[in-house]
Amino acid sequence: MEQPTSHPAPAVIEMTGVAVGSLRDLQDLVLEDVNWTVRKGDFWAVGGMHGSGKSDLLFMTAGLTPPQAGCYRLFDFEMPIFEGELLKERLRIGLVFEDGHLLHNLTVRENIALPFRYHKHADWHELEKRVNALLELTELMHRADVTAINLGRNLQKRAGLARALALQPEVLLLDNPLGGVDLRELNWWMNILQQLSTGKGIMEGRPVTLVVTAEDLRPWRERASRFAFLQNKRFFEVGGARELEHHTEALVRELLAEGTTKN
Amino acid sequence: MEEHVSGTPAPASRFSFLLQAPLPRSYTNFIGRKFFLFFLTIQGIGAFALITMGVMVRKLRTARSVTMPLAFQELARSGVRLVPMFVFVSLVLGLVVIGETVSWASKVGATRFLGPVMVLVVVRELGPLVTALLVLSRSGTANVIELGTARALGEVEALEALGIDPVHYLVVPRVIGMAVGIFALAVYFIIGSLVSGYLWAFLQNVPLRPGDYFNQLAQSLTWLDFATLALKSAFFGVAIAVITCYHGLAQPLRLDEISRATVRAVAQSVVACVLIDALFIILYLAV
Repeated sequence: MEQPTSHPAPAVIEMTGVAVGSLRDLQDLVLEDVNWTVRKGDFWAVGGMHGSGKSDLLFMTAGLTPPQAGCYRLFDFEMPIFEGELLKERLRIGLVFEDGHLLHNLTVRENIALPFRYHKHADWHELEKRVNALLELTELMHRADVTAINLGRNLQKRAGLARALALQPEVLLLDNPLGGVDLRELNWWMNILQQLSTGKGIMEGRPVTLVVTAEDLRPWRERASRFAFLQNKRFFEVGGARELEHHTEALVRELLAEGTTKN
Repeated sequence: MEEHVSGTPAPASRFSFLLQAPLPRSYTNFIGRKFFLFFLTIQGIGAFALITMGVMVRKLRTARSVTMPLAFQELARSGVRLVPMFVFVSLVLGLVVIGETVSWASKVGATRFLGPVMVLVVVRELGPLVTALLVLSRSGTANVIELGTARALGEVEALEALGIDPVHYLVVPRVIGMAVGIFALAVYFIIGSLVSGYLWAFLQNVPLRPGDYFNQLAQSLTWLDFATLALKSAFFGVAIAVITCYHGLAQPLRLDEISRATVRAVAQSVVACVLIDALFIILYLAV
């Protein structure tokens, strides 16, 4: 699953010396000096304990907050991009929030259709087709007309995924998708992310570059191709699955639930 | 103080030390904080209003299929659904104004002034102001709660992640809906009050035929009254929508902070409406 070193795929996310501020208070830096390159087709798993800045890193990467220092380029365009002509470049990246963050007064169907209706001038038939395909992918067809607030937490996360996929992003960021899910749901997420990563099904042969954050890296050992972890306001790149298994850092062993003893 | 100690204070200067003594530091701090907060609030609301107007103009043609239904939804909430309440209140207001006026005017044989009084009191002043305050109580408070909840639940971030401007999606439809809604309700409210005013005069056996009454009204109304009514009610709508949306959206809220934000928004909206009303009175008198 690792990338060949001789002809690397083009970079989609490039960060150099980036400082990340908290979403609630941008002056409060949660990460500093982040140097990170995500290449097309990568599947990253970024581990870290609660409060280590995983969510804020994804929010900044998705363009919700500006980098507080350093340079961040997305598809070779300097971030942040909030609106204007370049907004379409930013929309090539999608974000799935940990709790879905659906608009609570809209139905699941309306939530999924919203980005498509806002950004595309497509006819009703095309919209219906796209939304139904996403509802089927996330197995939410039977709950399509339920208001988001009346949906269970697991299904809200699925609806959040469907909404993020509405604009067919090339890069998808998922904030702790396995947080608080049961084993059946875990398997569902693993299968769906595998589909997206390989471009099967709804992606019509177009693999999606994935970045997930996690407090437990065990489920991602066999799935992700690249690993990193956050500690003491720093971003540490681990490498591939092999490097992960042999990494001696105590936090990495903790994230793999193997105790804290250093070798 | 020395006089007080000596025991022979002059009567006039007995409490003069109270005026000369410095205020306790905590009081000055309190007043200073209040002033700073006041100016910061003015600055924040002003900036938010300018941002909203900017977005409204720049994104006039953006995603209209999404924002127009939201504006109609707001119009229904701040207008159509409030019609029954407004019919009732307008009937009461007409009865109160005419009832009071009739009892005084009939004593001096001045019932010919019923029409001008109704125009002065209802059309120029109470109609738009009462409408704005009632809409504030019904829809303005709902705005703060809805937007504060949306903010606390991370929905604003969700919109930003989808490339949707939260001001365009959440604020602009509310501003349009509320401005149009308050104007429309003010018109219905005024019509209801004028009609119920005549009914009261009729019940009081005031010798005034409908034709004469409405003729009095027509003669008292000028183009300036119509222009003032339209402008004033639209300004009220914009002010209430901007202030309530500002308090719901402009800063990250926790769920437990929403009630305080709602109280602040209502108080500031009332002050804003009264100030706008006062400004219009000054302009009206100046013209």
